[in-house]
Formats: sequence, C-alpha cells, structure tokens
Amino acid sequence: MSTLRDRMDFRQNAADAVKDASLRRTMRTATDVFATMRTRGLNSLPIDTWRDEASAIRQTILDDLLAYLDQFTAAATKAGAVVHRARDAESARETIFHILKDRGVRKIVKSKSMVTEEIELNPYLEHRGMSVVETDLGEYIVQLAGEPPSHILAPALHMNRKQVGRLFAEKLGVEYSEDPEVLTRIARDVLRKEFLAADAGISGANLAVAETGSLVIFTNEGNGRMVTTLPKLHVAVFTIEKLIPSLRELPTFIRLLPRSATGQPLSSYMSVVTGTRKAEETCGAQELHIVLLDNGRTGILAGEYREILKCIRCSACINVCPVYRVIGGHAYGSTYPGPMGIVLTNLLEGIDKSHPLLDASTLCGACVDVCPVRVPLTDLIRRLRERRVTEGLTPMAERAEMAAFGLVAGSPALFDFAQRVSRLSWPLLEMLSGPGTLERLPRPVKDTFRRRMS
Amino acid sequence: MRVHLFSTCLVDTFFPETGEAVVKLLRHFGAEIHYPKGQTCCGKPPDSAGYAKYARDAAKQFLTVFEGTDPIVVPSGSCASMIKNHYPRMFDDDPSMREKAEQAAARTFELSQFLVHRLAAHEADLSSRGKITYHSSCQLARELGVKREPLLLLESLRGAEFVEMPNFDRCCGFGGTFMGKLPEISMAMADDKAEAIVATQADTVTGCDHGCLMNIRDALRRRGANVQVKHMADLLAEGL
Repeated sequence: MSTLRDRMDFRQNAADAVKDASLRRTMRTATDVFATMRTRGLNSLPIDTWRDEASAIRQTILDDLLAYLDQFTAAATKAGAVVHRARDAESARETIFHILKDRGVRKIVKSKSMVTEEIELNPYLEHRGMSVVETDLGEYIVQLAGEPPSHILAPALHMNRKQVGRLFAEKLGVEYSEDPEVLTRIARDVLRKEFLAADAGISGANLAVAETGSLVIFTNEGNGRMVTTLPKLHVAVFTIEKLIPSLRELPTFIRLLPRSATGQPLSSYMSVVTGTRKAEETCGAQELHIVLLDNGRTGILAGEYREILKCIRCSACINVCPVYRVIGGHAYGSTYPGPMGIVLTNLLEGIDKSHPLLDASTLCGACVDVCPVRVPLTDLIRRLRERRVTEGLTPMAERAEMAAFGLVAGSPALFDFAQRVSRLSWPLLEMLSGPGTLERLPRPVKDTFRRRMS
Repeated sequence: MRVHLFSTCLVDTFFPETGEAVVKLLRHFGAEIHYPKGQTCCGKPPDSAGYAKYARDAAKQFLTVFEGTDPIVVPSGSCASMIKNHYPRMFDDDPSMREKAEQAAARTFELSQFLVHRLAAHEADLSSRGKITYHSSCQLARELGVKREPLLLLESLRGAEFVEMPNFDRCCGFGGTFMGKLPEISMAMADDKAEAIVATQADTVTGCDHGCLMNIRDALRRRGANVQVKHMADLLAEGL
C-alpha cells in the first residue's frame, strides 16, 4: 500500500505505480466506471450551456471576491454563526483547536474535506489529545489504513475490496469479508456510535452562499448531515473562493456538480446549513463556527493563474486524466492529484517544490473537455511550464537542447544539417536518452522529404 | 487550386513516404502543390515544454515561409493546431506578427479536414481492404474539433471494414516531450491503447498524427501484435 510520496520524486513514484499490477487494475476499472457514469449522466442534456453559466458565476465571484466575502460574513453572523478568518494553515489549525479546546471537546466526527487534508488538521488535533474520526466511508478506510486520500472525491479509489476486507479484519477485529455491502455495514455500525458520542463535528463545504451565509454540502452517505446536525458544535472550514452569489445560482451547481463527479442527477443528500439551530427547529448545531481559509488563495487571485480558483472540486478532470488512470493519486505526493492538482499544488506549495508534477500531463485536453466551470487546465499547465523555465528550474541539458532547437528551427540549412547529424549519431543519442525514450522511435531517414522535394 | 504543403518535421525526418502520399492524394483531387523550401518545424515541442522563446523562433520562420493566400495543408492534427490555435497567442505583444499569425491560422487545414471540406474526397471512389480501426489524436479532435472527417473518409473506403476501438479518443501517451520525460507512464498508456486496438481484431490501425502512430507501433511491437500502423495519408493514397 502506498504512503505519502515526495512529489519532487514524481518520475520514480510514477514508475513504481505503473509496476503495481493490482493498482493498475483497480485504477483502470475505477476510472472507467467514473467516466461511463459521467457520460451516461450527461447524455442529451444542455451541458455546454450549463458549463457557460457555471463558469460565468464563478468568474463573477473571483472578480469581486472581497465584497462577496464581506456579504457572506455579515449574513452568516446574522444567522448565528461565528465567522473566523485564517490566513494560512497554521492559523486555521490554531483557530479550530482553540474553538474545540475551549469547549472541552474530546471526540470529533468529520465529513469529507480536502481543505482539512491541505492543512493537515487531523494529526494536529490528534497530537493534542483529541480523537478525530472520518465518517465518509472512503475517508474512513484511508484513515484506518493510515494513508492520505488518493482521490479528492473517492479517497480509497486505489484500493480494491479485498484490500478493504483485510484492513477491516486487521484494524476492527471483524471477520474477513470482501462483500462491499457487509463492509459498509461494518463501517456503518462503528460510525453510528461515533456520531452519537461526538462532542463536535467538523465539515468542509462544497459551496457557500454569499447572500444568505449558508453552507452547501453534497454527500452520498448522509454523513455530512449527521456531522453538521448531531453534535452541539459544528466547525466548518473552507477556502475563501468557494462562494456563489445567492441561492438563485445554486441550481446551476446542483445540476453540474454531482453529474460531473459521478454522473448522478443529484447526490443522495444535499444539505444547506444556514446558521445555528433556531428556537422552533428540532435539529442542527447549537453553535456554528466558520473558518474562512485563505492559505495562498489571495495570492493566486492576484496572479495570472487565477482561473484555477473557479474549480469546484468535482474531480471530473481527475477521472478522465489518462495519466492519473495509470498511476493513481498517491504518486503525485500532493493533496490534490490530476490536472487540477498539478496546477493548484504548484501554486499553493511553490513551483520550486512541485514542478515535476507539471510533466504529468500530455496536454491531451480530456480535462478541458469535462471541466464544468471551464478552467483552461492545459493552458495553465503549459504556462506554469513557461514559468518553470524562466525560474531556471529545468535541467541544463534540456535548456541546451531547446536552445539548439530554436536555432535549427529558425534556419532551413541548419535544419537539414541537424537531420543528417541526428541520423548519423542516432545510436549514440538512443544510448544517451536512456531506456524507453528514443529507442521507441524509428531512425531518421537519409532521403528526407525536403530532399525528395528539392 | 494551389496548396501550400507543410510536411511537418516528423514526416520530413522519419516518414518521407507519407509526404509523398500526401502529394499524390492532393494532386489526384486536382490540387497544385507548392512546397516552400524554407520550412522547418512548427515549434510545438518547445512550446509544450515551456520554452516560449524558441517556439516563437520556429513560428516566425513558419510565418515568413508560408506567406500568401493559398491554403496550407498539414498532415498532422498536432502541428495544424499549433498553427491555428497557438500561433496567434504567441504574439500577443507584437501586433504585426499577431496579424500574420491570424492570417496563417485561417488558411491552415489538417489533411483530413482539407480532404473532406475542400476536396470532397469522402465522396470519391477510394478503396482499401481488411478491417481498419482509427485512433483519434488529441489536438486533432479536441483543439481542432476534427472528429467526423477521418471517419467519413474511412467509412467511404470500398472493400474495407471500419471498426471503432474502445476509447478511440483516449490519449495514446505520446505527448511529444512527455514520452521522453515520463517513459514509464507513456508506455503504460500506449499498452492500453495497443490492447484496445488488438481487441478490435483490425488488421490496420490508422490516424492523422505520426507522433501517436510511432508510439502505437512501438506498443504493438512490444505486445507482439500483428497489426499494421498506417498514417491516414498512406492508407488513402494506396487506394487511389
């Protein structure tokens, strides 16, 4: 089983992943299922019109984010929530920890949140004596396995049911089974007790509504609703760009988000949480804290790659990515894998600490075809590669090759000369380029087409 | 009709017969061919790798050599898309070059696109034989939107049977510099493509990009599969 990899060793991680036959099988099946479900779910619907709408709505938010954040904060506060702003991961962790500690919280249930992975919240709270239980089934599985999620929506996508069966038998002391229904029931029984015993629930948000101060959470297991309504205290943490202007824009995303993710016309549950429990209400948290996290988003917003902030984390780009399909999520060594992950990781963690991931795309554009908010992913990856070059992060040999290429491409005489030289030195070039590269190509011919035409 | 032919560096350097097939095809349908001597490479490799300056050097050479008003025909979706979709944005800071780039973009056609829309080759009586399957290359289908044209041509072939392969538009793993930077991933992707091709039981796989076809040929060889790999131009020219 995989553990957290260093993304600077991306090529090695990827090579290891490719050799893992069981992982390859699991990934092929899983990504094909996702792709088929999405295609089926979108069949004969005006998807391109919806994508235009969704893209425009997200762009509106980015164009005026500060004003929308103020509006959200005022509305959420009025509805009874306490809104905190956190500049970075450290301040978010501290803010959340103090909210919990001040109220004597010991047991926490969580619904799926990639932002809490990004800020490494669980280990922080656990080191300070709190118990944190993930309640999304996939997230619960990877938590038991001590692994990070390998997919932003289906965290245990890299595991097959036999592996899950063995994990449950080992960690929970239950009888081995590889029947998904039996395994789900086992998890359900464990999690039910955790829900009832929890002092606090921590959730993310798929979207947040500026006009009403509401949080919108899509789940298929109902765990999101339990986390946000059963415990007395609910802490929600999400990043500042997750807003939509008002509930009027919500239907666009209800149509698009589950369909883009799993092809479902609607996920099994969608919760809209507005403030705390009102006097006449019978459920809902009595105390709601919202942590609005920046963690680099303001910087991205001010730069030339801001369109990545339109992303609504549906995972469609990951599911169709042919590179992700053969290596799975762990090889990336980042919270976010696949095309959106390549872009976001380089921007959040620094290009000097992430740039090998920029190679993990053939620029085939399958991601661009499916993105519900029209993020120009291949263009962003290509432009980040340009920045990698201007920042001097590419190898000397590559820089020399490309400079030579520029010279040769600018002169037909040199081009003709280079063709002859490469033909003569091909065996040497094959050797220098290493296995699996030039040796896969045919050899240059003597009578090139330009010579035949002259 | 006069046509400017951009042979692409792959055809020029590795597959001159494909260049000759293109010439034969275009002439058959009445085109008069002009082959500008100063042509080199479209600049896609440095552009994809992030070396914008060197990509611009290549683009400038192309735009100088291919001045005029005649259509430019390119036997590669990837190179044609470079010219049509990427040249203009490369000269955002240079209005006169940008205008040149836009003019060239408007005159540029990928081969199958030109054959169908300008020469109605799919209505001519071309022939072939056996079972043929088709790999839809990424820039051709996704950036140029050329999805139907190759199929129209293949389905028009008398004496041959066209079979669709599973996931015909999934990337084969070539990706230009990608195949050299991450060969393990590239080969795994190509293996999946070869598996899909073999599953069709086709005798021949065709496509409009020699980059993909080189990669696919290598994967089929590694698999020991007896499937011919032919560029669309070669396949069509054989049936004239």
